[in-house]
Amino acid sequence: MKSHIGPAIRLTVVMLVLLAVIYPLVVAGIAKLAPGGGKGETVTVNGKVVGYKLIGQKFTEDRYFNSRPSAVEYNAAGSAGSNKGPSNPDYLKSVQARIDTFLVHNPGVQKDAIPAELVTASGSGLDPDLSPAGAKIQIARIARVRSLSAERLNQLVDDHTEGPLLGLFGPAKVNVLALNVALDQLK
Amino acid sequence: MYYQLLGLTLLFVFAAGLAVLMGRYMSRVFRGQPTALDVLTPVERCIYRAGGIDPYQSMTWQQYALSLLTINSIWLAYALLALRTQASIPFWNQGGIPSMDWSLAINTAISFLTSTNLQHYSGESGATYFTQMAVLTFLQFVSAATSLAVGVAVVRSLQAKTSSNVGNFYQDFVLSITRVFLPLSVLGAVWLLLRGVPMTFQPYTLIHTLEGVEQTVATGPVAAMIPIKHLGSNGGGFFGTNTAHPFENPDMVSYGINLINVLLLPIAFVVFVGYFLHRKKLAWLLFTIMTGCWLALTLPIIQQELTGNTAVSLLGVDQSMGNLEGKEMRFGTLGSAFWCGVNVVIPAGTLTSMHDSYTPLASLFMLLGMQVDAFYGGVGTGFLYMFLYLIIAIFIGSLMIGRTPELLGKKVGIPEIQVAALIMVIMPLLYLGATAIAVAIQQANPDIGWLSNPGFHGFTTILYEYVSSVAGNGSGFEGLADNTPFWNLTTSFVMFMGRFIPLIGPLAIAGSLYRKQYTPPSAGVLPTESVTFGILVTAVVLIIGALCTFPALALGPIAEYVSQAK
Repeated sequence: MKSHIGPAIRLTVVMLVLLAVIYPLVVAGIAKLAPGGGKGETVTVNGKVVGYKLIGQKFTEDRYFNSRPSAVEYNAAGSAGSNKGPSNPDYLKSVQARIDTFLVHNPGVQKDAIPAELVTASGSGLDPDLSPAGAKIQIARIARVRSLSAERLNQLVDDHTEGPLLGLFGPAKVNVLALNVALDQLK
Repeated sequence: MYYQLLGLTLLFVFAAGLAVLMGRYMSRVFRGQPTALDVLTPVERCIYRAGGIDPYQSMTWQQYALSLLTINSIWLAYALLALRTQASIPFWNQGGIPSMDWSLAINTAISFLTSTNLQHYSGESGATYFTQMAVLTFLQFVSAATSLAVGVAVVRSLQAKTSSNVGNFYQDFVLSITRVFLPLSVLGAVWLLLRGVPMTFQPYTLIHTLEGVEQTVATGPVAAMIPIKHLGSNGGGFFGTNTAHPFENPDMVSYGINLINVLLLPIAFVVFVGYFLHRKKLAWLLFTIMTGCWLALTLPIIQQELTGNTAVSLLGVDQSMGNLEGKEMRFGTLGSAFWCGVNVVIPAGTLTSMHDSYTPLASLFMLLGMQVDAFYGGVGTGFLYMFLYLIIAIFIGSLMIGRTPELLGKKVGIPEIQVAALIMVIMPLLYLGATAIAVAIQQANPDIGWLSNPGFHGFTTILYEYVSSVAGNGSGFEGLADNTPFWNLTTSFVMFMGRFIPLIGPLAIAGSLYRKQYTPPSAGVLPTESVTFGILVTAVVLIIGALCTFPALALGPIAEYVSQAK
């Protein structure tokens, strides 16, 4: 045992220098060349930062495309999912409440047309995206509140829909922040 | 949906293809043959000199184990000290993060030392940038290199020759870092940076959202941690929600990179076994068993999740995109469930979706995959588990046909069988015993506040926590309020035993086999490279690995499923 302690301590120090100092600094150096300079890309409107491109934010007002429910109300310094089990009675009550709220804010929408994503919380609590269906079901409400035509909004959603990567990987999605920034710019 | 399935299949095939190249390369590295990275030889020489190490001095398995345990103890002491004092370390500190209390520090240190990465703290609020880099990421590197080194030593001992030395731990360890983990991590980090993963030491920023609400956004040196957490089968993320967090995994490109990193080395290790021992048929056999069983676990998870949550269907909304509670829209149900299937068999155990919210039967397959831990399994350690199953299968198979048990030309004797069988019994005993204690306490104190989900699901939560700890997986049903002294200390114990017993045990078996006379294959021996033997191994894995938890599974996932169906 004794003969191993010396090398163990010395090797640990060497490895700390290599893995905990040099490696992070090299990656941080490379990051300067990456988009956003390694600080995370931001979205600006009229020179003001309104959010991060990748981080979802809370949209609950009727005039915006609403984002998904979040277990942490889009607290980007404390991500979390709901971690509610599928058969948890409290959880099912909260889903029911979200359905009821959605129906109140979106009169005319049939219950079986509400995509489940709009009444279930995301994994990170910071999901920046909706499916195209999740955005389009809100068009009638936004058109009414903003006095815009449904066709233009439909077009807007289509323009902001990102299809599957290379047509093969992942579902189609719409970034809610980018969509709402564009929505504000519609005249 | 079918195009997505095709995409994921292609991704898997691509990862397996890369793993073949990687396995061949690793075989050259650990044989000391020339490779493209020989430019690093001077660096390695510096490391050996600074460490005061003679890399050419071969060790017996006991010396190998002792040097491994010694350096692991040093890491543990260092990690404990750093976690206890993180608040007062002035640099790489974003501010506002307290030092960890004793039980949490012990849990976190052991969790990362054992490559489990069960996280009872939350990254954003529980760890400074210093600890994220110099403790957690550091331990991710060195624990993974420890696993790989032992894996290599065991494979080395299975060669068709006789020796009493299994190799030099320090050399295996250093080469694992410089030739495998570090270059791949730099490569992975660059890719992730290009997708927008942050790498900064600035404090969190406050912004005003479009609706005018304040939002504090946590960033940090993320890109350095993500590649090694996947490559090393570690799994501890920078943020609380792990790989589901948009800054850890922004899109399907990063998903692909991360998935390849998870699969690469565990599969490459099987290829490595084939090249190193010149036994390609054995490698094919293992790869086929592992892939077949992995698919048998993953496909039902995917099917269950795509079907959705029956209880939510009853509420009448459109669940055509599957069970979306706890999932991210950029990966969808299919991508999330596929990821889940990979990460329960490979104990990276990272989450792109919250496992607590999966459907009951999906959690059944997750528990099975974690607990066997050998359908690929972790880098190095997955093979160690498979090695134990092989020993037991050889023993049972040879007894059935009345032959002497021999593995790759070496007689398997009573001590080897005893060690293998003992480990196979201790592992389930650890998690079943711990679950029993926790459930008893929960029953006696229903208001203890551990579980956010009642009933059968609550039982599954407890079982999952301990199975994940034993298997070094580190994923969890996060609905468990686990940062309490009870949970911190019991899981620490379980993780520690679940790591070092299956690390040292196979080393002892291999060391003992290596000493024995090699006998060329003859008709009197059960052939280990045949389809029949493959079926036998699979049966042994299913019987030993799966049946001992079946009663527990019946109380958790199966009971929840049946009660829901009613």
